[in-house]
Amino acid sequence: MPKDSGIGASSKRREDVRFLTGNGNYTDDININGQTYAHFIRSDVAHGTINSINTAAAEAMDGVIKVFTAADFAAAGGIPCGWQITDRDGNAMQEPKHPILAEGKVRHVGDPIAVVVAETLEAARDAAEAVEIDIDELPAVIDMKAALDDGATKVHDDLTSNLCFDWGFVEENREAVDAAFAEAAHVTSLDLVNNRLVANPMEPRVAIGDYNRSDDEYTLYTTSQNPHVIRLLMGAFVLSIPEHKLRVVAPDVGGGFGSKIYHYAEEAFCTFAAKVLNRPVKWTSTRAEAFVSDAHGRDHVTKIELALDADNKFTAIRTETYANMGAYLSTFAPAIPTWLHGTLMAGNYTTPLIYVNVKAVFTNTVPVDAYRGAGRPEATFQLERVIDKAARELGVDPAELRRQNFIKPDQFPYATPVAVEYDTGDYDATLDKVLELGDYNGFAARAAESAANGKLRGIGLANYIEACGIAPSNLVGQLGARAGLYESAKVRVNATGSISVFTGSHSHGQGHETTFAQVVADMIGLPEDQIDIVHGDTSKVPMGMGTYGSRSLAVGGSAMVRATEKIINKAKKIAAHLMEAAEDDIELKDGQFSVAGTDKSVAWGDVTLAAYVPHNYPLEDIEPGLEETAFYDPANFTYPSGSYLCEVEVDPDTGTVDVVAFTAADDFGNVINPMIVEGQVQGGLAQGIGQALRESAVYDDNGQLLSGSFMDYAMPRADDLPNLVVDHSSCTPCTHNPLGVKGCGEAGAIGSPPAVVNAVLDALNRAGHKVDHIDMPVSPARVWAAMNS
Amino acid sequence: MATITMTVNGSEVSAEAEGRTLLSQYLREGLGMTGTHVGCDTSQCGACVVHVNGQAVKSCTMFAAEAAGAEVTTVEGMANADGSLGVIQQAFQDHHGLQCGFCTPGMVMSAAALLKDNPKPTEAEIRDYLEGNICRCTGYQNIVRAIMAASGQEVPGAIAAE
Repeated sequence: MPKDSGIGASSKRREDVRFLTGNGNYTDDININGQTYAHFIRSDVAHGTINSINTAAAEAMDGVIKVFTAADFAAAGGIPCGWQITDRDGNAMQEPKHPILAEGKVRHVGDPIAVVVAETLEAARDAAEAVEIDIDELPAVIDMKAALDDGATKVHDDLTSNLCFDWGFVEENREAVDAAFAEAAHVTSLDLVNNRLVANPMEPRVAIGDYNRSDDEYTLYTTSQNPHVIRLLMGAFVLSIPEHKLRVVAPDVGGGFGSKIYHYAEEAFCTFAAKVLNRPVKWTSTRAEAFVSDAHGRDHVTKIELALDADNKFTAIRTETYANMGAYLSTFAPAIPTWLHGTLMAGNYTTPLIYVNVKAVFTNTVPVDAYRGAGRPEATFQLERVIDKAARELGVDPAELRRQNFIKPDQFPYATPVAVEYDTGDYDATLDKVLELGDYNGFAARAAESAANGKLRGIGLANYIEACGIAPSNLVGQLGARAGLYESAKVRVNATGSISVFTGSHSHGQGHETTFAQVVADMIGLPEDQIDIVHGDTSKVPMGMGTYGSRSLAVGGSAMVRATEKIINKAKKIAAHLMEAAEDDIELKDGQFSVAGTDKSVAWGDVTLAAYVPHNYPLEDIEPGLEETAFYDPANFTYPSGSYLCEVEVDPDTGTVDVVAFTAADDFGNVINPMIVEGQVQGGLAQGIGQALRESAVYDDNGQLLSGSFMDYAMPRADDLPNLVVDHSSCTPCTHNPLGVKGCGEAGAIGSPPAVVNAVLDALNRAGHKVDHIDMPVSPARVWAAMNS
Repeated sequence: MATITMTVNGSEVSAEAEGRTLLSQYLREGLGMTGTHVGCDTSQCGACVVHVNGQAVKSCTMFAAEAAGAEVTTVEGMANADGSLGVIQQAFQDHHGLQCGFCTPGMVMSAAALLKDNPKPTEAEIRDYLEGNICRCTGYQNIVRAIMAASGQEVPGAIAAE
């Protein structure tokens, strides 16, 4: 019997009402009296020297207030990078300056050069046409391997080369890994590309800067997943604004998927210009701008090798990856191909020896950073592709080869050879579940039916593990993070008993306002509507690190539990006083405090009222009021896992791939709101299937983004996707956070691309086409070429 | 600049607009009705869908001046008279047919147009009809379920909210 409220209930989302009635408050919906409009003039070449910028004609035009260039930002810092990687030789990565507006050179199409601020957006756009910019175009470096050639054009003249870092992990294991390969009974090797993607949340980025001269305070309204991170980076490193004079507000945000984590130039520009002009400054990205200014994702070129012994046990993994950084280092860019990728290379398996080499490369392209999954999809894709190839080479069932190498339930906690310790899991359980739900054994009959219709049917499996609940601060500090990754929560109980929870997590589609309220309601025994969740405003919420890496419930939710526990402890003291009982005898159930073994009780509201009207109150022992704050720093990552099964039909005449069935079996530990979890997985699957079959950010040799609009970048549409069967009944609760939760936001995007590609290759090989691999997106042209080569 | 007058959600309204002002811009900036969203600049995403004289229109593809005198319905006009959620809106909430909410106004308006022409669409017909509306969050499945439910049809395999 499903619960009807609290933890485990599919409570309806409270945020939906405002979104469904047009009453959402997205950043572009905010207009401030007297606001001006900013239009960014961006480079239309990938690489060039700026000879001159003449703004005189534009500044003389009607409605134009000022045209800004880099000269206006001489005193400002560059946009900082939040993570430093140390290379194989112990040296720090190469870290170029990332100016707000281009200084002397442009380094990618979309690099901002100048900004027109005008009374209207139309005036700003018109005037932009009159800004004369003389650029000498330079050769662009686009291909990562060519960028590392001797004599290659350098993206940054002041760096020694285009190599940001050459990272080895675990460097000490390298010789042992090589030795294991020398002794292997079988080695499977695979070269692959993890295609470059654009996150494309439906809401484009927006920034509004506002400055209050009377108290010297700045406010930035921005489409951010983590307003405190923006406040810290922009205030401390870029504009030198003390944190107490800078408020950052991220109101309703229309999706992020990683792309709204980072501090962007437009945020710093609008904040800075608001003071210069003493007027609010608003910038709203067009979609065309978003394609060339939002950080992109993925873009890895990898060689992976898998060594097996004579019993088909995995004995070693060796990888070499080229990871594109783009032209500048985005906020978390260096962490993605390293600590969020190398540490996941053990996957769900007992492989004892692993060596990961990553060369991060600067190119004349948009910066690359985390996109839903961030490093973990890249790790999973390689691993699940090479295992599938090995199974085909060895003539064994791909499900059984995986199962044979699983970490078994009795092996947890399990320390992998890549520095992480999985706390819990049951990979057989999700594999069994997905094979059952997806009717793995009934595939032959379905394949025969497809064949009768002239189609090639294939089935593909992939397992995944991810590290979520990012992250233990002391650990990530050792790994180069320039931040802590705890989360905050403040629980304010009002006199009449209703509660406001202020969380450092940020909701931009995940439904925190509903889920978080369910947790607090459950702990105290109150109706959910007595609890309000407040987020996204640095002036209201304690310093928090925001939402990414499937961390909100595991870390933010845990902070909220801790703060609520403090509230309950104090409320019990008050209740004990009111009932003249011992504190240890007080029980809280369904919003009533009672004395164990008696019929004495007081209601939640009586206790909260006493806290604020302390006439009869133990003032000598406890303070009035009922408000508590907690900061939660996780002891470990969480490790959601699962097994995904995809079935495709390939049209042999055209190479068109149709996903006809997709089944996901996940283990997220405990689940607060099953409906929301199901929705998160469905959305992740759509993005992963999109990556596998349709999406790709394609640059030509000159650095022009060829797929720079929704007409060219193939976002999945409703009729591109099948019904997705989603199950999360497997449950091994996280052992180290109070809710036993693991996180579900990224799983779908991590596990699905290899399942889809494995299915396509299965279809082709069953039909007699000896095809080892097709790079994503597995387009009709690529499939047709593979079948006909 | 000229004053453009039209009927929006049953009320006659006027605002200044240039010849190049789009209907989406007129609604959002001229009238301050920010329920209609703009998610692209190539008329692909469908977040801006409204009804003009009963037809579903991407309001970013129409000049405000072209809609002068027209009857326009936006997402703000889709609730019941008492302010409660309309049938389609309620189905979207019941079936978790939205996450970030940004594409939602267009989805609701497209769904309304579909159900007007085809009161009992099949799942395939719904998916086909939504070709002009992009959602990045949901994978569309719960949007399809919501529209099935709003049409009074059974929703196979749905976990409806409590």
